[in-house]
Amino acid sequence: MGNYSTNEFKNGLKIIIEGDPCNIVDNEVVKPGKGQAFNRVRLKNLKTGRAWEKTFKSGESVEAADVMETSMEYLYCDDEFWYFMDPDTFDQVPASAAAIEDAKPFLKEQEKCTITLWNGAPLTVTLPNFVEIAVGETDPGLKGDTAQGATKPATLVTGAVVRVPLFIDKDEVLKIDTRTGEYVSRA
Amino acid sequence: MIDQTGANPAALNQHNTAERLAKRAATLSRIRHYFSQQQVLEVETPLLGQYPVTDPQLDNIRVENPFAVTQADSNYLYLATSPEYSMKQLLSLGSGSIYQIAKAFRQDTPGRLHAMEFTMLEWYRMDYDMDALIDDVAGLILSLMPNTAVEKISYREAFIRYADVDPFTATSDELEFIARQTMDVSFTDQHKDVWLDLLLTHCVEKNLGQKGMTFLFDYPESQSALARLAVNPNGQTVAKRFELYINGIELANGYHELTDAAEQMRRFESDNQIRLQAGEPAREIDAGLVAALDRGLPNCAGVALGIDRLMLLL
Repeated sequence: MGNYSTNEFKNGLKIIIEGDPCNIVDNEVVKPGKGQAFNRVRLKNLKTGRAWEKTFKSGESVEAADVMETSMEYLYCDDEFWYFMDPDTFDQVPASAAAIEDAKPFLKEQEKCTITLWNGAPLTVTLPNFVEIAVGETDPGLKGDTAQGATKPATLVTGAVVRVPLFIDKDEVLKIDTRTGEYVSRA
Repeated sequence: MIDQTGANPAALNQHNTAERLAKRAATLSRIRHYFSQQQVLEVETPLLGQYPVTDPQLDNIRVENPFAVTQADSNYLYLATSPEYSMKQLLSLGSGSIYQIAKAFRQDTPGRLHAMEFTMLEWYRMDYDMDALIDDVAGLILSLMPNTAVEKISYREAFIRYADVDPFTATSDELEFIARQTMDVSFTDQHKDVWLDLLLTHCVEKNLGQKGMTFLFDYPESQSALARLAVNPNGQTVAKRFELYINGIELANGYHELTDAAEQMRRFESDNQIRLQAGEPAREIDAGLVAALDRGLPNCAGVALGIDRLMLLL
């Protein structure tokens, strides 16, 4: 994949640090009046999510990470992997449990997800901001209960448990904000 | 990117254009007034030259020479990284104390405090030493920003205070150890100056000029650039060089100028050695400057101050 010199650094560039793919979040050139220039870089490890600051000597060369984002559809899972398909080429890629960890509670079949591929393998799976999922299990709906803010737990067909208003019934389809994991409305 | 108030239309908007242009013009006018009162002469020197700078940390922006015909002609012309060499030629020809407000060009990655093109105020005072020039710089700043506090701290003292290490006695390994304790560093390096520069920019600078002006002075010999050497009260060899900081931002860099032509040539050769070690071609030394050094540079002190950075603070 080659290398990047520090003068090519910019936000969004993907590089390898200690074997892990990282995203450049911020890059500032720091230079004394006379002397060595440095790049003070804010990085995010794409595997662990850890963000931190690292300083490079200007002119240093850093390994580029073959990281790309693509839109894929979730198909099914076996005991080990979750399989996603490119809707144009029908190519399938298996995602590990670690890669789908964040998406798993709200991941349902045919959902279009953003997959970050590293060397062709899924690194992270990101759901759309809003998804629609049916309720698998909840206490019977209480019609006419209008108490403000009163909620009860509901287990979605994907396994996640969310707080929903009392009037929601089993099998109803809900709109969920995947960033907060919260109920938004009936779909 | 540096807010080049007045110089860069893209950095302006309708709301404040007139106000900021007026402020910049008034500042330049006050600077000229200060030097006129001090009987320092305003000069102009060429921006386009035949020679690049030898300083290994600086890169010129070069342009093609459309009139290069013979082999002897340089294929490129170089935009000045500072008016220093030209002004030293004037000094050697008996100009007396001079100043210039000039554009400078550097092949620098643009950033918050760096632009490829910026405005520099550079001046030289006859028979001044470093301390006299520091007072002169403070005088100029006070004429623009009255009642600003003035603090002077040696490079050594600042490192002891803010990085907990003596930059003169510490080894490269010790400095590296301290740097790695406070930050994540991607590289290793055997050059002590790299670690000094790293600690200066990451640990020391942010503490400087927080109450007004801070003059950092008496640099390590290895960072003397074009400053003459002396011995500090601890018996350590120091470069009579200083920098001015306000709000953690480096605003000016000055020297009690080196006048020993032989020593000057040795430093240029050493610059070229560093370039060669880094796998870069050596640079031809500016013939005009060499002639000036041969004629002899008078005893003087000189300083460069970034006008765009100054405007950020006003």
